[in-house]
Amino acid sequence: MAKTLIDKIWDAHTIRTEEGGRCVLYIDRQYIHEVTSPVAFAGLVSRGIGVARPAQITATADHNIPTENQHLPIAEEQSRKQVETLTENCAAHGIELFGVGHPQQGIVHIIGPEQGLTQPGMTIICGDSHTSTHGALGAIAFGVGTSEVEMALASQCIIQSKPLTMRILVNGELTRGVEAKDVILYIISQISASGGTGYFIEFAGTCVRSLSMEGRLTLCNMAIECGARGGIIAPDEVTFKYLGRVEPQWRDLYSDSDAAFDKEYSFDAADILPMITWGTNPGEGIAIDGKIPADADPKALSYMGFEAGHQVIGTPVDYVFVGSCTNGRIEDLRLFASLVHGRRKAENVVAWIVPGSKKVERQAREQGLERILNEAGFELRQPGCSACLAMNADKVPAGKLCVSTSNRNFEGRQGPGARTMLSGIAVAAAAAVTGKITDPRKIFQL
Amino acid sequence: MIPKFTTLTSCAVPLPVENIDTDQIIPARFLKATERAGFGDNLFRDWRYAADGTLPNPDFPLNNPCYKGQILVAGRNFGCGSSREHAAWALADYGFRVVVSSFFADIFRGNALNNGLLPLQVGNEFLAKIFSEIADNPAAELEVNLENQTITILSNGLSEHFEIDAYKKKCLLNGLDDVDYLVSLAPEIKNYELCNTK
Repeated sequence: MAKTLIDKIWDAHTIRTEEGGRCVLYIDRQYIHEVTSPVAFAGLVSRGIGVARPAQITATADHNIPTENQHLPIAEEQSRKQVETLTENCAAHGIELFGVGHPQQGIVHIIGPEQGLTQPGMTIICGDSHTSTHGALGAIAFGVGTSEVEMALASQCIIQSKPLTMRILVNGELTRGVEAKDVILYIISQISASGGTGYFIEFAGTCVRSLSMEGRLTLCNMAIECGARGGIIAPDEVTFKYLGRVEPQWRDLYSDSDAAFDKEYSFDAADILPMITWGTNPGEGIAIDGKIPADADPKALSYMGFEAGHQVIGTPVDYVFVGSCTNGRIEDLRLFASLVHGRRKAENVVAWIVPGSKKVERQAREQGLERILNEAGFELRQPGCSACLAMNADKVPAGKLCVSTSNRNFEGRQGPGARTMLSGIAVAAAAAVTGKITDPRKIFQL
Repeated sequence: MIPKFTTLTSCAVPLPVENIDTDQIIPARFLKATERAGFGDNLFRDWRYAADGTLPNPDFPLNNPCYKGQILVAGRNFGCGSSREHAAWALADYGFRVVVSSFFADIFRGNALNNGLLPLQVGNEFLAKIFSEIADNPAAELEVNLENQTITILSNGLSEHFEIDAYKKKCLLNGLDDVDYLVSLAPEIKNYELCNTK
């Protein structure tokens, strides 16, 4: 029978199916971090059991850590304790840890792909919703809760119902100044922040194929933002080149041509413009030169201080954040640096430019990006989740407006009362140098 | 082990807001504990308290003395966003046993079930009826029967069937958790590995 790629990988990892359809799913690789793992380890201890397959688990510290002066102890006591607890748990159970200062440390969803740990055909989980990122390499990867982290630590399996399958085709060529981030913000604006709930999405089509691996990672990263459990892209030469190798069975990882999906959408790349969100969920996005919908949610408008039917162009910006598991890769920093090259950061803007990993940080230095950034009035910080979720010191103050290349614009996401507008790199760069929401196509050679 | 769930009769707290994400249920800055207990204090923290974080916001339903009970009734797409299980822990720690909505985000639904908190999905119309009944009578009671998979508005007798998968229903009814079960499958898992390693 014809199968989708999602079915092929899921079925190959299903050890047994329970009454009602839940599957005991074998997990090839688990990533853990300091926030969602301590209670899981404590659970193992209270049960008197150990970690089943420590060699299939990789740990990093990313959510809580500061993005400057990482050589110093973490100032905030609870954050420090969480990171210390992770270190102790990894040592006790023989799990490889890329802790603060380690040359391979970084945001969990940046380091997995960049170090070749994430591979086509795998099942991957992490106690973090943006685990969907790893699907860009042709893996079934999704976020789980701490109970499931504990399950996988204890048994290398979890129990989940099989998701429905959705295919989102994006065909055609992207127009000037449009990035992978704009593609996913556009898709979510079309199908809503809950349009993918219950589904696993395969992204396909000529536009998706034309994206670099970094772009594909950005695309899959935000699959969760339409509610989908994950996103996946069939591996191809781009994938194999990124990994620097290919295994023969990876070439069999594709949806059969006559496979049926439970739901399909098709979009034309030419319809996608540089995007920005105006509201408080990632589905509330518009083209940069568009207008906020007339029927916009009043609660979101009130929180953000916008009016229905108005444009956001020209709105003064207080903060710009470039980084996160969505847009913290070297290609993102390269694009940002190329756009601000020879310009100056606007006086009214505080900018945080945060590499996603130590490797990205090193590359940014070696490729001369840090020098370009410094000349334009920006500083390169140290790797971590930073202002994406305000667990560390990088918080946007109440009432301030931040153009952010991260993934969530929820109320208070970047700090209590902070207002977030999500965008790609070019829109963020335009805001950073003009101090207001600006159409990047009007000021940059894109 | 998770807390057993069979039936519950309780009044309910209405929260008629759609797309409530887990950052609202428990903001990230409160995720720094290394233990499971105590998250209820910060449930809906930034909605429960005024901007300075100290005074309760009188407009928020949890602060309204008219509303109490172990059932939270919320708008569609409840629990979207971050996978933090702390959201389920916070709701359970506060005292909720059931969350009723017309649509749940996937990860939250799983997290709730893994903690003995029942995510109970009803149709849009029935959800509207619950909201309107509570608006008319804040002391209106709901009865949830897991065995029969029904939810009933006791004051008017309106009832609706809800879905739950058979495995998770068995876990909730008996207080079983998945870790013990998966550990018991160790030989089968080992066998899978032997057959599937290159």
